[in-house]
Amino acid sequence: MSLMSLTAVELGKKIAAGEVSAVEATKDALAQVKRLDEKYNCYVTVDEEAALREAEAVQQKIASGELTGPLAGVPVAIKDNMCTEGMLTTCSSKILYNFKPTYTAEAVLNLRKAGAVVIGKTNMDEFAMGSTTETSFFGPTKNPWNPEHVPGGSSGGSCAAVAAEECSFALGSDTGGSIRQPSSFCGVTGLKPTYGTVSRYGLIAYGSSLDQIGPICKDVTDCATVLEAIASHDPKDSTSVSRESYDFTAALRDDVKGLRIGIPRDYFGEGLDVEVKEPILKAAKVLEEKGAILEEFDLSLVEYAIPAYYIIASAEASSNLARFDGVKYGYRTQDYNGLHNMYKKSRSEGFGPEVKRRIMLGSFVLSSGYYDAYYLKALKTKALIKQAFDRAFAKYDVILGPAAPTTAPKLGESLSDPIKMYLGDIYTISVNLAGLPGITVPCGLDSRGLPVGLQLIGDCFKEENIIRAAYAFEQSRSYAHCPAAE
Amino acid sequence: MANIISDETIEYVGILAKLELSDEEKEQAKKDMGNMLDYIDMLNGLDTEGVEPMSHVFPVHNVFREDVVTNGDEHEKTLANAPARSENAFKVPKTVE
Repeated sequence: MSLMSLTAVELGKKIAAGEVSAVEATKDALAQVKRLDEKYNCYVTVDEEAALREAEAVQQKIASGELTGPLAGVPVAIKDNMCTEGMLTTCSSKILYNFKPTYTAEAVLNLRKAGAVVIGKTNMDEFAMGSTTETSFFGPTKNPWNPEHVPGGSSGGSCAAVAAEECSFALGSDTGGSIRQPSSFCGVTGLKPTYGTVSRYGLIAYGSSLDQIGPICKDVTDCATVLEAIASHDPKDSTSVSRESYDFTAALRDDVKGLRIGIPRDYFGEGLDVEVKEPILKAAKVLEEKGAILEEFDLSLVEYAIPAYYIIASAEASSNLARFDGVKYGYRTQDYNGLHNMYKKSRSEGFGPEVKRRIMLGSFVLSSGYYDAYYLKALKTKALIKQAFDRAFAKYDVILGPAAPTTAPKLGESLSDPIKMYLGDIYTISVNLAGLPGITVPCGLDSRGLPVGLQLIGDCFKEENIIRAAYAFEQSRSYAHCPAAE
Repeated sequence: MANIISDETIEYVGILAKLELSDEEKEQAKKDMGNMLDYIDMLNGLDTEGVEPMSHVFPVHNVFREDVVTNGDEHEKTLANAPARSENAFKVPKTVE
């Protein structure tokens, strides 16, 4: 049995107790990668030598008593939009095909300080733009539950790597659902923290006002433990928030008595697959039986979240991605005629179609004459969406619903109709607009054997409520290992 | 389709976006942007009269620090990523004739 079938915390305990070493754990992770990754393509880069070196160094520190935390010696995979010094960081784009950062993202540094061992970088939708991991320059990742299906996106590589047990846990990033939706499709647990909780320093920006890094794990205990390790107030990220508490594991208790859970009717209407709806409502029932108080309500404005999101995210992307010009790093076109032609050709050859689509849309909605009608309108819509959540959280501790309207679609079905693909983000996207924390927990399988994810949304800085509800629900079932991982 | 994107608009957006699209890509971009704007126009049904635009969900302020160097000399590391370099500089095509 691979050590990768354990949760990160279970593995950490074994390492701390001296039953296994950090090196053995890393070797097991690398063996799973060798065995399975050709099939699933979860990773863009695996640095075997660096990982083993790191594992040996960590093991020494564990032996000397210098490293005692729960994640010491545990192998982790990092989404390829987080900078890792000296290790390729591509954003799954041709334009960064050879980019080796000169520094490491703060969240990854925090993990390293906790003794986690980075084994590689995971595949994603190019620049995190997509919901299927099919827009990657390095080819799609496949869903370990059924390789004919997508893993979701954009953190599809991270979620598939956790499901296929090619790492102990992973980091992802979530701009419109990019942790929660693929976690749902891959049957793993993913948490998007309150905006500002985890430093974005070293995260290659997509939509800066929406992006947030978070853990992708087998269970809620791992998510809370990893979040505790990566969350920090970082002066290098001007939107980093100094929180009153960074204790997320205290909420891991099987007790939801009196917890007020709101179920938005708007999340259960047309478009929701009945095979998703049923396990979600069953999960709600479990929480009710444990003493939570359930109530249906109307959240309102749900349909306006998607257009507002695509205006804001594309606008920010058009500005953020202006830095990729072939001058200081990354891809530069071979033939060009002068500086501006070099910029244009490098960018046009370096970016894929979905990225170009969003840069074009973003440039348009910010252009003079359209700014008020589109961009300002979207920011006003965002304000109203935030107010709608404020009203809901005056009455409820947690909002419960699905993470996505369906289970994982087949490969090749989504990209031909972008708007249809965007509609799949309907339950996750407003959470980013309002800066809220959200978690996805596996809650069943559909008739084709594909995972369904339950989403729990909390008020800003109230991760404890969603962790508590997710943990209590999780106690009612055992983790369903993906058959392919065994 | 309500939003017809003209050739001029696509040209102009291409300049703003610093992208050079092939004719085929331009046609696709006109179609995609038109469809997306048709969809986005749904927002016109929402009354936002008197609503303050919200750029950040929390009140964020500029973060200042003293202007002192905290990192070391990393020019070799930085230049190692350069597509083209000349001694201690990034090499680019001539910018001034």
